Amino acid sequence: MTEYRITAGFLPLLDSLLLVIAREKGFAAAENIDLALVRETSWANIRDRTAVGHFDVAHMLAPMPIAASLGLTPIAAPVIAPMALGLGGNAVTVSTALWQRMADAGAPDTLDAAAVGNALAKVVAQSGRKLRFAVVHPHSGHNYELRYWLAACGIHPDRDVEIVILPPPLMADALKAGGVDGYCVGEPWNSVGVASGAGVIATVKSQIWRASPEKVLGVTQAWAGRNPQALAALLRAFHAASLWCDSPANHGEAAVILSTPAYLGQPAELIQRGLSGRLETALGKQAKIEDFFIPHARAATFPWTSHALWFYSQMVRWGDVAHSAENARIAAASYRPDLYRAAIAGAPAGDIRPPETFFDGRVFDPEKLDAYIREQA
Amino acid sequence: MHPDAAWGYMANMSASDLSILVIDDNRLRAAIIEDGLREAGHTKVSVIHSVEEVARKIVDIEPDVVVIDLENPDRDRLESFFSLSKALKRPVAMFVDRADASEIEAAVEAGVSAYVVDGLKKERVKPILDMAISRFNAFARLTRELEEARGALEDRKIIDQAKSILIRSRGIDEAEAYGLLRKTAMNQNRKIVDIAQSLITAAGLLEP
Repeated sequence: MTEYRITAGFLPLLDSLLLVIAREKGFAAAENIDLALVRETSWANIRDRTAVGHFDVAHMLAPMPIAASLGLTPIAAPVIAPMALGLGGNAVTVSTALWQRMADAGAPDTLDAAAVGNALAKVVAQSGRKLRFAVVHPHSGHNYELRYWLAACGIHPDRDVEIVILPPPLMADALKAGGVDGYCVGEPWNSVGVASGAGVIATVKSQIWRASPEKVLGVTQAWAGRNPQALAALLRAFHAASLWCDSPANHGEAAVILSTPAYLGQPAELIQRGLSGRLETALGKQAKIEDFFIPHARAATFPWTSHALWFYSQMVRWGDVAHSAENARIAAASYRPDLYRAAIAGAPAGDIRPPETFFDGRVFDPEKLDAYIREQA
Repeated sequence: MHPDAAWGYMANMSASDLSILVIDDNRLRAAIIEDGLREAGHTKVSVIHSVEEVARKIVDIEPDVVVIDLENPDRDRLESFFSLSKALKRPVAMFVDRADASEIEAAVEAGVSAYVVDGLKKERVKPILDMAISRFNAFARLTRELEEARGALEDRKIIDQAKSILIRSRGIDEAEAYGLLRKTAMNQNRKIVDIAQSLITAAGLLEP
């Protein structure tokens, strides 16, 4: 018996996983949800079609609800994040030519963010032209973690290099054609770049900040307000899907489901690399990466207020928004751990994670937001 | 245009003074939109077919209004160009900000989006968006009809092929062959073209 009909928008990325598995493995149906999935071509379309109600819910970049709440986006419909859709899953891929120069400057092939970044800094300092990196959206985990990594390695992301926006499916081609020197994107688009022979994975998101936030379930405040039971049922369905995805025994099947044209339309073998954390960082070179992508463990679907605050601190850092107590409050309020907790038993009791340490040794303590923002300049 | 100057500057402009940029990789649809804009008295209309060109041309074109199709996978890049052009003192915001909810929905429904320079009055942009919406819808209708016509032609070819198989194998005439297909389709509650397709497939399998 179907009680709820829910339409969700998504982009073809590994972390659309929970939406796809909830539908295909019956977790949505078990909650009496008829879940329709619509693949989109841009985050702008996800935002607009969610705002006008074509999509009840959507796969969103974790900073998108924050940006919408702060009025940084064209459509000002208030969007909330009652759930996260996993942790990690991104990597930085550079062209084989740039990798050669980085290796000559001492970059190890261990994905070590500090050592690789220091080598990149040497290349940038010697380069006759500005290197160009691509990310998928200004308000994205990709943009903020790439900037964090570059800045921590002494590379100013606006002055020393150029950061442009590109849709994920075009990145490998742009790398091959020399339009960009590198990119930060979610899987499978790094593996696609490596498989095409154009790129080498230099470092990964989990090296920069382990178990860090990436995508969320975005919902307009209006829809959540009108459909509290449907939303709670959907959160339970996604949570059940995340548990299924947690088992390595299911990764093969999940990769096959995601590989179909309606979802990612990429080879299952490439998709499985990100799922299992066994990436091919260069042609023929395997690496097993701990916590590369986490769909369930470590409360991976819980929308921590402290995650929202870290993204906010980076929006301030790069000039998207001015810091004020009110803006920080708005950013924090766009994540809704209370809705998650009401729907899912055994959720974390607090909204704030303990202080977290990044690859450069700096600590983000959400209780000391003002100091963190002041010191990152 | 400096934002402080926007109001007075805009008040003195006539409809045709607006610089409008249409971005659409579908050349036919772009031409239809351009045509509509010119008919409405707009003279400063630029059409480009890829977002790639926007970075190079946006400074020269200085658009007051940008119209783009929603299927374009490069909308995120386009929006980032706008925020970069903010640095060039060209504030750009999306029209849908101040349009009615129903208008936003009509635009998204039709598959079109629009951006305008900050400070531009809604009344001046609404006719442009209305025109774009109606032409996008008309274009979609036309495409659908063309596809249906093409489909009908394909169906005819399949049915003709099935008829000739029946004529050859059963020694009946064309009218009888069609009657047989029709009767079988009715009995099985299927379309004639489906029965014809099954017959062609079966005949292919039985061929030596």
